[in-house]
Amino acid sequence: MLRYSRSKVIATMAVIVIGLLLAVPSMMSREQREAFQNSLPSWVPSWLVPSRAIVLGLDLQGGSHVLLEVDVPDLLRTQTTQLRDDVRRVLRETRVSPQGGIQLLPRGVQIRVPDAAEREKLLPKLRELAQPIGNAVIGQGGTRDIEVTSTPDGLITMIYTDAGVNEKVRRATEQAIEVIRRRIDVTGTTEPSIQRQGADRILVQVPGLQDPQRLKELLGKTAKLEFRLLAQQGATDVDMLPMKDAGGQKVPVERRVIAEGGDLIDAQPSFDSRTNEPIVNFRFNIRGAQRFGQATTENIGRSLAIVLDNEVVSAPTIQSAITGGSGMISGRFTVQQVNDLSVLLRAGALPAKLTVVEERTVGPGLGQDSIQAGKMATYVATVLVVVFMFMTYGLFGLFANIALLVHVGLIFGLMSVLEATLTLPGIAGIVLTIGTAVDSNVLIYERIREEVHSGRSIVSGIQAGFERAFATIVDSNSTMAIAAVILFFLGSGPVRGFAVVFILGILTTVITAVTLTRMMIAVWYHWARPKALPF
Amino acid sequence: MRLLRIWPEHSHFDFMRLRRYSFPLSAFMSVLTVVLLMTIGLNFGIDFRGGTLMELQAKSGHADVAKIRKSSESFGFGDVEVQEFGTAGGVSLRFAIQPGGEAAQSAVVQKARDTFSNEYEFRRVETVGPRVSGELVQSGTIGIILAVIAVLFYLWFRFERELALGAIIGTLHDIVLTIGFFVVTQHEFNMTSIAAILTIVGYSLNETVVVFDRTRELMRRYKTMPTKELLNLSINTTMSRTVMTSATTALSLLALVIFGGRAIESFAQVMLSGVAICTYSAIFISSPMLIYIGLRSSEPAKALEGKVAPAE
Repeated sequence: MLRYSRSKVIATMAVIVIGLLLAVPSMMSREQREAFQNSLPSWVPSWLVPSRAIVLGLDLQGGSHVLLEVDVPDLLRTQTTQLRDDVRRVLRETRVSPQGGIQLLPRGVQIRVPDAAEREKLLPKLRELAQPIGNAVIGQGGTRDIEVTSTPDGLITMIYTDAGVNEKVRRATEQAIEVIRRRIDVTGTTEPSIQRQGADRILVQVPGLQDPQRLKELLGKTAKLEFRLLAQQGATDVDMLPMKDAGGQKVPVERRVIAEGGDLIDAQPSFDSRTNEPIVNFRFNIRGAQRFGQATTENIGRSLAIVLDNEVVSAPTIQSAITGGSGMISGRFTVQQVNDLSVLLRAGALPAKLTVVEERTVGPGLGQDSIQAGKMATYVATVLVVVFMFMTYGLFGLFANIALLVHVGLIFGLMSVLEATLTLPGIAGIVLTIGTAVDSNVLIYERIREEVHSGRSIVSGIQAGFERAFATIVDSNSTMAIAAVILFFLGSGPVRGFAVVFILGILTTVITAVTLTRMMIAVWYHWARPKALPF
Repeated sequence: MRLLRIWPEHSHFDFMRLRRYSFPLSAFMSVLTVVLLMTIGLNFGIDFRGGTLMELQAKSGHADVAKIRKSSESFGFGDVEVQEFGTAGGVSLRFAIQPGGEAAQSAVVQKARDTFSNEYEFRRVETVGPRVSGELVQSGTIGIILAVIAVLFYLWFRFERELALGAIIGTLHDIVLTIGFFVVTQHEFNMTSIAAILTIVGYSLNETVVVFDRTRELMRRYKTMPTKELLNLSINTTMSRTVMTSATTALSLLALVIFGGRAIESFAQVMLSGVAICTYSAIFISSPMLIYIGLRSSEPAKALEGKVAPAE
């Protein structure tokens, strides 16, 4: 029957009022929200007051979106070099010298040990280098990151397994996120969002940032700092590394690393008191201080090579033993470079190079214009639809219009609770739902009209109209929902914002167009007792 | 007050007769779309093609397009598309993807910023590397295919085979013509366009499903009515609703086209054309299709399980 119990009316109204109240924080600025929260008397529990608000997408508030990818070949290079060093250590410990040294492969190393007895001694030690992957409980049974194989003629191959590579990439990405967070934090950037995306990607979003060049420079540097010695004449284990500001000239540097960036506990920009040149002052941890002290004691008169990202930034001569655990890096830097370098050194090195694979920056002007245009379009669309509905259905059109306004309010309410991101396509979605939300009302009204004109009484026509239109409403909304859900899972950023609005719009339309309208019509019917339909 | 009535209440218009015109028209448009797609092609945006897009705004309010074109071509980053938009000195620059992998793309932006930032405000800068654009093409394609599959399942689950077939033909028709609209207008085809197409898929079904719900209801009520008459009756009885919903949706999209701003304009235009295409196809393609598919072939079995609506 066209009758509602008082409790049902109250329950529906409560849902709607709460939904609308939830949208209130999004209508305020952050400052207003905080001021309001603070102005509340202390007996009001904080959970009772809606505080969650819609987040504006970068396309509306302006800012930079930078998608970085871990350079996997670079990571593998670092890993295989490290594996080579480990193998070399094992060889030293077991006193085995392989034929022809250690061969580097793209994903591992290879050595030749023809003597079977030596191989027997060596292989278990080499196998120890392979780490189990993932769950430690699985232990022995689980896969390991390195596969060690040996042939009867003495060729031992150590290759990173696919699972091993994936694990390294996963860990490198996690580590990189930490380093990025520290690097960005030091620059004092407000509210950056740093998220992992997929296996090897990191999405950095910085609201308000207009030129991401400095950010990219800050993130693009591995910042791998090493203290080594310049090689002497005739030394064998050397790398040829380019010298900074020397026109591509390369110098021989010993492979042995005395101390590295990880041994630093602090790095500060400063000026050299004698030359007034910008420098970085640093302090070593205990291990670094010891090793650095020992190396400088033994090598007075030789040149130290300070290597940053495989480039020798400076090569000062060791005048005396440096045992105090601190020192400085000079290298004809500018003040900005020194500032950045100390940030990078404090934040630590990236496990691998990061490449920018996607960058989107929106200036604040464009974002503001988009919001203005979006608001305008929303208002105009609302007015057009409201007028049109009223002109067509009169009083019932008015009911539909009230439901429409509540519907838009509820979308904002739900988005606020979910702290969903409103993007420009999202605004387009809201405008679009304004047009489609009344569809349910139209279906119902047209059905009511048909039922009444085919001879039913008004009350039974209204009743039948709602009942018979309902299946169609479900159908017509689920078809839209199919598209929206696929879009949600597929799209990212702005497009996903559109999908969110659309899905929420479909949910709320059922509440407003069906339940709320029906209630309004019921109340009206009992109050007016009409003899004919008002449309 | 006299209320607005766009469609007369008791209409007996013979929609089915118009298939003589609508079928050849749609066939022609579809073939034309395929031909244009192969000759002119879609204007892929940087989402799918990779490269760099910049939107500049002249600080003086007047953009010197010729000068921008000349100096950006001298960068040595290949062809540059320079376009003026709006009246207040807006210019967009589009650089193709640079050889040399992901890292090579940044150089373009840096060079442009160095050159133009004195006289122009950088309103938007987007760079998409080759890998990401490849992935976006993939997910866009998957999206449309998934949507069509999901729609097939929905229709299979919800409707009799004949109706489902009619609806899917209509939906494919709408996707093809929407793509045709993209080709003809040369609107940039990007991830937002995929969103538009998926929404149009949803809307297309929405329009068709409302008519077919009625067709199904009438099939149960009038068991002996000839197919053509039944379809005409379904469309005539749902026509007021179709007109109303298309009108409200079109009105809101019109507001978006006119006031929504440049960034959303093409999306809104595509959606608006989509609403027109979907409304047309629901009435003139999907429904008359059922005459050829045959409506009652599976009816004997259905009639036993289907409930007969109470004739009051």
